Amino acid sequence: MCITLLFPGYDFRTGVSTWVGLDKQLSVGRLVGWSYEDPTVSGEGKPVTVILNKDPASGAAIDPPVRAYVYQAGTPFSSGVNHTGGLGKGVEELSLSLGKIKAANSSQGAVFLITKGEFNGEEIDYVENATATRGWTPDQVLRTGGDANSRYVGKGKTIYISEGCWWCHTLLPEQTQDWQYFGAPPYLGDFNGEMPTAFGSDRKAPDLLHVAARNSSREWMYMHFFNPRLVQPNSIMPRFDYLWGKTDANGNKIDFAKWRAEYSDYLHGKRIYAPEVPEPAANSEVRAVVDWIMTALK
Amino acid sequence: MMKYLFARNDEIPPGSATIFFGFSSIFWFVVGTGLGSFNAAKLAFPDWVTGTEMFAFGHMRQVHVLAVIVGWISMAFGMTMMYMTPALGNTKLWSEKLGLWTVFLWNVGLSLGLILLWLGFTSGREYNDLIWPIDLVVIFGVLVPLGINVWMTIAHRQTQGIYITNWFFGACVFMVIIVFLVGQSAELFNLTGLTEGYLTFWFAHNVLGLWITPVAAAIAYYVVPKLTGNPLYSHRIAHLHFWAIIAFYSTPASHHLMSAPLPEWLKSFASVEGVLILIPAVAFVANILLTMKGKWTLFVENMETKFAITGVLLAVPLNMQGGFQQTRAINWYVHGTGWIVAHAHLALLGMSSFLETAAVYFGLQSVLRRKLYSLALANLHYWFFIVGFCIYWISMTIAGLIQGAGKIYEVPYIDVVVAEHPYMIARWIGGTMVFTGNVVWLYNMWMTAREGTVVPQGRYAHEMAYER
Repeated sequence: MCITLLFPGYDFRTGVSTWVGLDKQLSVGRLVGWSYEDPTVSGEGKPVTVILNKDPASGAAIDPPVRAYVYQAGTPFSSGVNHTGGLGKGVEELSLSLGKIKAANSSQGAVFLITKGEFNGEEIDYVENATATRGWTPDQVLRTGGDANSRYVGKGKTIYISEGCWWCHTLLPEQTQDWQYFGAPPYLGDFNGEMPTAFGSDRKAPDLLHVAARNSSREWMYMHFFNPRLVQPNSIMPRFDYLWGKTDANGNKIDFAKWRAEYSDYLHGKRIYAPEVPEPAANSEVRAVVDWIMTALK
Repeated sequence: MMKYLFARNDEIPPGSATIFFGFSSIFWFVVGTGLGSFNAAKLAFPDWVTGTEMFAFGHMRQVHVLAVIVGWISMAFGMTMMYMTPALGNTKLWSEKLGLWTVFLWNVGLSLGLILLWLGFTSGREYNDLIWPIDLVVIFGVLVPLGINVWMTIAHRQTQGIYITNWFFGACVFMVIIVFLVGQSAELFNLTGLTEGYLTFWFAHNVLGLWITPVAAAIAYYVVPKLTGNPLYSHRIAHLHFWAIIAFYSTPASHHLMSAPLPEWLKSFASVEGVLILIPAVAFVANILLTMKGKWTLFVENMETKFAITGVLLAVPLNMQGGFQQTRAINWYVHGTGWIVAHAHLALLGMSSFLETAAVYFGLQSVLRRKLYSLALANLHYWFFIVGFCIYWISMTIAGLIQGAGKIYEVPYIDVVVAEHPYMIARWIGGTMVFTGNVVWLYNMWMTAREGTVVPQGRYAHEMAYER
């Protein structure tokens, strides 16, 4: 017991956060299980990731676009901002000195960026508090980005956890075969600050760590979530149509009974095409899940 | 039960806690296997019940897992501790009232936790899904009172030594409290990243290694000598079993994380220790089977022995698989496949559940002092259980091998899903058989309590099985 509990602890904390690790924790925010901030585990109090192609303060174009992690007033900061030691050597030093992350205050909100900097002659990524260094406020960034460039990644991961997706999908590709077929293996610093890691141990379905790199169609994702048999007739994934909520993107009520009746007609050859999948509303849970998949699982 | 919760300790009839624990455990077994059957049906026929999140697979699966582990298995352990510990110490249970409070809080806490899980309130960590307020109930409302009762009963024993079963009980309650506290530390103290991932699997595996399999083995050390009338073959080997578990079984967690960027030495360490669990396994199985010497007819004739020895025999493939699949080469092939599902069910539904079933049959009859209501129904239960389990185990093992082959030969995943479909149906049939057997069992035990023939003083129910 002592060996397993004490010894590996030394190794875990020496891992230096990679860009992936910083991106995951900043976009997901603090925790995604049960907490006081989010008692119903529905994705409340989570940051929004905004893809910025112009400076929200000056209006100057930014090329290539940057990801800004917007913590509106009251949103708890991710673990790396609160406990900088978890960022690892170098990242911690630069985030504190150049990034000024200790100047951020969660009751007023803040905007974070991942910026490249030099530490001991090596280029590393660190966290920058853009509210302190560039004067960007959360409201400004959200307005500049607009809904089209906003990704509800934190809420999406919460839904992934509360819907139990990890009982069937792993987020830990296996050595050799997956690494060849599905993409790069995870590195030591990729998990810093993440909780829960949701690795999963049973694979009734494919590994999802790089799923957005294999399939980047949001439309396919929506069809697949609404009824997986629409795009993959042999899938055993459950239908997640209830993640749409009551209304679609245009505010119209979604008639699930009618949809099912039409789908049944389609299955029995009475219709040529399957019924259309409703466009999800911006605050719907499925939008958040797909945002998480498309943004974090690349 | 409610009237006893506030009664004076000496006004509570001895054995009350055993009875409530026993019936609660059978009830949760029915619930757990019923949910298992439901979930298996959803995997075979995904469009079966749809349109509501309440019956979505992701919500139901964790309810199944925890109803079985915390409801059935652990409550059956609680029941065995309530009657075996005093019997082996030649004394009374330290506090019958504390036992009743434990079973009361256990049922309330578990029901609450499962309803919350069902609604989607989860900590998001596998086998550790209960949210931390419920975890605190589990530790301070259930495990600590259970431990106090066991330890105090052992301390007040009227025998000189501590028999191996009590030795295991006392140690395993202590260890499960530690495992549970450490497992929750990630959630309580906001530990993140690989530390959190490692702790999740450390908890998930050690609940099995330091609670479920050793306590099930401890039950065998009591039940088999008791039923056969033979003394335990060797106490020395039993203690080898115990200390080998302590030495080798507390570390293999990282075999679940072979592809994670954990330190390589830790993964190798886990593999080596995983193979070394063959030492306690062989010690245990040999010890029990040698205890049966000269009494093998009871394996056929006696209900409780039949269940207990089936459980012990299932420990043979269980531990062979366990050691073998933790080596890197085999882990690489089978990890994450249905093989592991089969293996987990071999541990929990096979080895452990058969032993607990024997103990609950035996304990309820002894404490109620009533003969089993129907031997035919008990036999029906046995055959539904073993046949259903074998269908499940074999079909999932085959499905796992298909999946493993698909994984290494880079077969498109959906082709693997198609190939597994017949085995998913078999799994559902097997699970449903186990569930049906358990419904029969609950009825049989209920009728035993109401209408079973009263056993005269000085006799055991199992000795009278064939007497009218």
